[in-house]
Amino acid sequence: MTPFSHGQPCGLAVEAHSLSVGYGETVVIATLEFVLERGRVLTLVGANGSGKTTLLKAIAGLLPPISGALRVLGAVPGASPTRVAYLGQFHPSGFILPLRAIDVVRMARFARLGLLGQGSREDERAVERSMEIMGVLDLRDEPLDTLSGGQRQRVLIAQALARGAELLLLDEPAASLDRGARETYRRVVRDVASAGCSAVVATHDLEEAACSDKALLLAQRVVAFGAPREVLTAEALLSTFGIVARHGEGGVLMIEHDHGCDGDRSMP
Amino acid sequence: MIFDSLITPFTSNGFMVNALAAGLLVAVACGIVGTFMVLRGLAFIGDALAHGVLPGVALAMLLGVPGMVGAAVGAAAMIAGIGFITRRSRLSGDTAVGLLFVGMLALGVAIVSRSGAFSGDLVRILFGEILGVTYAGLLAQALATAVIVAVAYTCRRPFLLLCYDPEQADTSGFSSRLFQGVMLALIALTVVVSFRTVGTLLVFGMLLAPAATAALFSRRLGTMIALASGIGATSVYAGLLLSYYANIAAGSSIILVATLFFVGALIVRRPRGLAHGRGAAKREPKSSAARTSSSVREGATS
Repeated sequence: MTPFSHGQPCGLAVEAHSLSVGYGETVVIATLEFVLERGRVLTLVGANGSGKTTLLKAIAGLLPPISGALRVLGAVPGASPTRVAYLGQFHPSGFILPLRAIDVVRMARFARLGLLGQGSREDERAVERSMEIMGVLDLRDEPLDTLSGGQRQRVLIAQALARGAELLLLDEPAASLDRGARETYRRVVRDVASAGCSAVVATHDLEEAACSDKALLLAQRVVAFGAPREVLTAEALLSTFGIVARHGEGGVLMIEHDHGCDGDRSMP
Repeated sequence: MIFDSLITPFTSNGFMVNALAAGLLVAVACGIVGTFMVLRGLAFIGDALAHGVLPGVALAMLLGVPGMVGAAVGAAAMIAGIGFITRRSRLSGDTAVGLLFVGMLALGVAIVSRSGAFSGDLVRILFGEILGVTYAGLLAQALATAVIVAVAYTCRRPFLLLCYDPEQADTSGFSSRLFQGVMLALIALTVVVSFRTVGTLLVFGMLLAPAATAALFSRRLGTMIALASGIGATSVYAGLLLSYYANIAAGSSIILVATLFFVGALIVRRPRGLAHGRGAAKREPKSSAARTSSSVREGATS
């Protein structure tokens, strides 16, 4: 029997029980245990190699769980492409394609349109509205390969929004954004949540994590899970990143520690 | 009259008309399939497929079965083999493809060398016989081109997503594995059907050269496909004329023209993103220069 005996949508965006995720038979994070209610934002916080991307891919249905149970919007991961939008961190070959910015955002609607469906006014409105929100509507006819890194990233966030999904899965979406764009992005995520949708965001940015509803601190294991003000403690961050920096009167205080992501590190 | 000399070879020779018709059909098929092949980065697999059909064709000739059946079997074996090696070993895809590529080529030559008429058969398979295309061959080519147009149109969204990012295809409800398979099948179909006209070696040139040339100039997928087909068609026409007047092998002269188009395009225009104009557009996307250049480039389609 699964832990999800109800089977019906039960107000949870993501539900993980005894979940282990990884590649092939290599476990990256074992025995994850968390739930995300709808209308809430969860940030995944951790250093490189801590398992943030792996977990996001599992939720997106790109990696089958190694063991345990994972439900996304009340179904198995990947079951409802129109209801989940995924923005990955790596874009293998996308930028050599002969595409304009708006063509990239339009791809978000392909999940709804299927193979032969005709694009409607509603699709076009969703595309333009998302580009407007991210401030890239001016760039609609610009070829993708002429955009700067930050402009591209805003186009890609617009693409994720244009899906009209109930759950956004974003992998370090704000990493290459300038301060203004980052503010826009944070406001968008808050708006998405207040509209009843949910988001899971992988981030290095503790400020962003502090503004979210729930934070999951990862270091190839769960360091802490809960409300940001409870889990973003110096001790937890030390275990997560192996380093804590604090601005004091005399400058910056740093404490280094083994964070479990680099195998050859020894305890101090 | 110059005009006459551009037309007469086709009006006064039935075989030239057939060759032109077959070549144009190949150009359209290769324009579509080649575009996706180039954008998805499957050029090496396409090349390997083109050679992988050789043992199949050779075996079919030896057994007296239609060559196209043998080519289809060869292509299927090639696709299955690439999948098998990639799954079973930790080798990267290109190593698996390269290994099969030379293995199948050697096997093909080995089979042909046993059949007696070694050089003649091999040249026919590798370089085709576009001047000897039959009505049946023309019909098969037309049918295959129609299938390619229909499948590519139906799969345009998953194909685009696949070229953009296979993960986006998967999370949009289009299995990247399935549609990658469909794309490979289209490449295989193009190679298999075209081996009689331009040959297994040269069909790869028709897949690659026009699409690569079009990629230098295109800002939209539809433009790139149309341009690739157009460049391919022009290469066929000019190549046949060249072959007629200069008395050189027709298949080779077509591919030579197509390759010259690419080299010429490279000289005329720098690769995208390196030209000075693009740098300016990057800093100031709304500048009038950027607007003008992109509207001129896309004027035909927008």
